[in-house]
Amino acid sequence: MSWSCSSNYLCLSSSSSSSLIDSHELTRINNRCKLSCEYKELRRKDHDTTRPINICAYNGLKPPSHELGKWQRKKDYVLKKPNNISAYYSLKPPPYKFDALEPYMSKRTIEVHWGKHHRGYVESLNKFLEQDDLLYGCTMNELISVTYNNGNPLPEFNVAAQVWNHDFFWESMQPGGGNLPILGLLQQIEKDFGSFTNFREEFIESALTLFGSGWVWLVLKRNEKRLAIVQTTNAITPLVWDDIPLLSLDMWEHAYYLDYKNNKAQYANVFMDHLVSWNAALARMARAQAFVNLGEPKIPVA
Amino acid sequence: MALRTLVSGKTLGALSRLHQQIRGLQTFTLPDLAYDYGALEPAISGEIMQLHHQKHHQTYITNYNKALEQLDDAISKGDASTAVKLQSAIKFNGGGHVNHSIFWKNLAPTREGGGEPPHRSLGWAIDQHFGSMEKLIAKMNTEGAAVQGSGWVWLALDKELKRLVIETTANQDPLVTKGASLVPLLGIDVWEHAYYLQYKNVRPDYLKNIWKVINWKYAGEVYEKECP
Repeated sequence: MSWSCSSNYLCLSSSSSSSLIDSHELTRINNRCKLSCEYKELRRKDHDTTRPINICAYNGLKPPSHELGKWQRKKDYVLKKPNNISAYYSLKPPPYKFDALEPYMSKRTIEVHWGKHHRGYVESLNKFLEQDDLLYGCTMNELISVTYNNGNPLPEFNVAAQVWNHDFFWESMQPGGGNLPILGLLQQIEKDFGSFTNFREEFIESALTLFGSGWVWLVLKRNEKRLAIVQTTNAITPLVWDDIPLLSLDMWEHAYYLDYKNNKAQYANVFMDHLVSWNAALARMARAQAFVNLGEPKIPVA
Repeated sequence: MALRTLVSGKTLGALSRLHQQIRGLQTFTLPDLAYDYGALEPAISGEIMQLHHQKHHQTYITNYNKALEQLDDAISKGDASTAVKLQSAIKFNGGGHVNHSIFWKNLAPTREGGGEPPHRSLGWAIDQHFGSMEKLIAKMNTEGAAVQGSGWVWLALDKELKRLVIETTANQDPLVTKGASLVPLLGIDVWEHAYYLQYKNVRPDYLKNIWKVINWKYAGEVYEKECP
């Protein structure tokens, strides 16, 4: 049985058979696996990256029997866990080429926004994690909740949340985006906002009335069991209130200044008309319904 | 007003300002710069100066006037909840107007004294409070670079304690929100619109270069007025 991590981040994967790993250890590996596997250069030198990594070796677990030397007894074989291996967050590229969103979001903007801002956040986050034993190893959601500190954010919050926010933002857009949502999402929007036009107007108004830097979100509120438009400042994300975001629009000036200068209205309209990925929102909504009960399922009559 | 339907969009703005003035409400207009848009090159590009002045500052003024008119309406009608609701718009747009008006005076082209360090009392005060000009600049740049999101970094004089302080404010909050006795001597706009077209995300470079066009003469005048 081979296993692979289904999360967004790269993972340590084992190509050798993991038949000796039982489910308990598998869970532990999967948890560890949520961090990406970007080794620092220094450590990479000690490690042969051409061979597939045998995860068992690094967790003190029993390696597959065929890998043991004949002088090693299967039962008592325990590898000393090397303590110079670490894993950090990596910069995930947007799911489209940089020029795919032209002319609505220029290649230059994505090059700078992703390549400089987003990359800067990832590097700062890794620098923090390197020094902080408590935060290292947390999943992204844990990091964001813990560093948000109930409203008094720690310095790590800004960078951690911005890493997540930007990953989410790139995936909230697609080439050939815009148009209307479909299926259940459209129904839910019409239920909660009256009509799609109302929703669109409210979303854009929210974007234009935001003071300073921030984000505008379409979220599914867990407690109220309905969709809502939420404005947040700086790096704050609806995850800190345990709501489920479906879409986001980056209203920091760096997101639109190169293309639209100070014309926020044009940027927000273009986002709604040509960039927003309703497919991504639909997928997120479908997943969210596993956590939020939006009403009785429609049971077909005969 | 039936008159409004007859006039075009362009004169509507002028009419509403006239309307405000008839009601005794002070309207604000965009102050002129004492230098050309391109005069601060290469520290700040002409394109940024023009956008910053003609678009951003003008928008703050327009929205401030609008908010004031709505506030005046609400007050005269005794509508307390609207009056309170408008406060954030007034703080943001009014603050934007106040801050940017100070900012334009804080800048001067190099050939007109921009970047020349202050002499006399302000120079001594800086040496006394910060040790040296370089230390002051380093501290202000660190604080400016550390501002999360949008804001300003200020060199201020605390009128009561008679000392110089460095403060940061978020968004367009005016300096007085950090202390009623603070008088701004120098303010540096660290909103992204102030530097993005030229410096992209490298705010520290912008902060390093802006000192070449800082108008210390103005800061010195303000300081001497408060601390003769």
